[in-house]
Amino acid sequence: MGRAKPSSKATDDWSGVVGPALGLGFAVFAFGLSFGVMCIDAGGSVPKAMAMSLFVFTGASQFSAVSVIAAGGSALSAIVGALILASRNAVYGVAVAPSLRGSLPYRLFASQFTIDETTGMTLAQETPARSRRAYWVTAASIYVFWNLATFIGAVAGSNIDTQKYGLDVAFAAAFVGMLAPLVRSVRARRVAAAGAVVCIAATPFVPIGAGIIVAALVALVGLRPGAERGPVVSTGGPA
Amino acid sequence: MSWTLIVVLAAGAYVLKAAGLVGVGVRDFPAPIRNVIALVPAAVLSALIVKDTFTNGHDLQIDARAVGVAVACLAVWRRVPLWLVIVLACAATGTVRAIS
Repeated sequence: MGRAKPSSKATDDWSGVVGPALGLGFAVFAFGLSFGVMCIDAGGSVPKAMAMSLFVFTGASQFSAVSVIAAGGSALSAIVGALILASRNAVYGVAVAPSLRGSLPYRLFASQFTIDETTGMTLAQETPARSRRAYWVTAASIYVFWNLATFIGAVAGSNIDTQKYGLDVAFAAAFVGMLAPLVRSVRARRVAAAGAVVCIAATPFVPIGAGIIVAALVALVGLRPGAERGPVVSTGGPA
Repeated sequence: MSWTLIVVLAAGAYVLKAAGLVGVGVRDFPAPIRNVIALVPAAVLSALIVKDTFTNGHDLQIDARAVGVAVACLAVWRRVPLWLVIVLACAATGTVRAIS
């Protein structure tokens, strides 16, 4: 909302943010539906599925936790794996911090929405005012669609034979979609390949779900000096 | 899936988000830590894919799930929208189960 710009430009600014934000909201809808259904399949309930999406609100980690529980893993394995995956949100927080200057309560509230999509949209804007607006519009869109989809999926999930419809591969398919934009660099592709091999190799010997945690250790190659700095965020994945 | 798990996960996820936005703020993490965190999703997501595709508890097995995930890989490679990737993968696995 530049002072010198005509009002029509300000309208353009809004549409330039709202359209993509709604598009992202629609995209996470399918993930939310899958999450709701699989949450029930893993022994959850509608209130539990909703508590996850309302309060955990970081899609890949929610998927990861439910995936480990569904496989028979312990709560500890599920939590540690999911939180390792959520650690990127700390980096996103740093990336969006310059666009979200304000009081401590404001920043504490804003923190809940620091995820892939909001970060990607915020960093894609040209002015600080647009960045801030993009953050909140995207946050609102994703939060509403993600939770609505979770609710519909969880309610429907109570009446669905997930095996019959192949819904048990919904998470794996979603993970493939999330992974694709992250492996553009050779280094990331090697890490992904090594993570898969380590997980398979560890599976017979470690507690169920802990293979994920062992695989995460592969990322420690990032400590090696000379690592290239990749993009801070990929907008390809869900919340 | 216990309430304890959900509460701990919600608290942990929030603390991580706030650690960046409020804790570190407009300063930044040291480069080595940033590099490691940037590589975590690639390692963990691919591990989750093989876990959900080829494992059953402690056992490794190849079944109808592999077909669905192969279809997902193909669909992602062909830049199919993500919601359709999920639908195609589920349909493929469901179909293999129905005819086998």
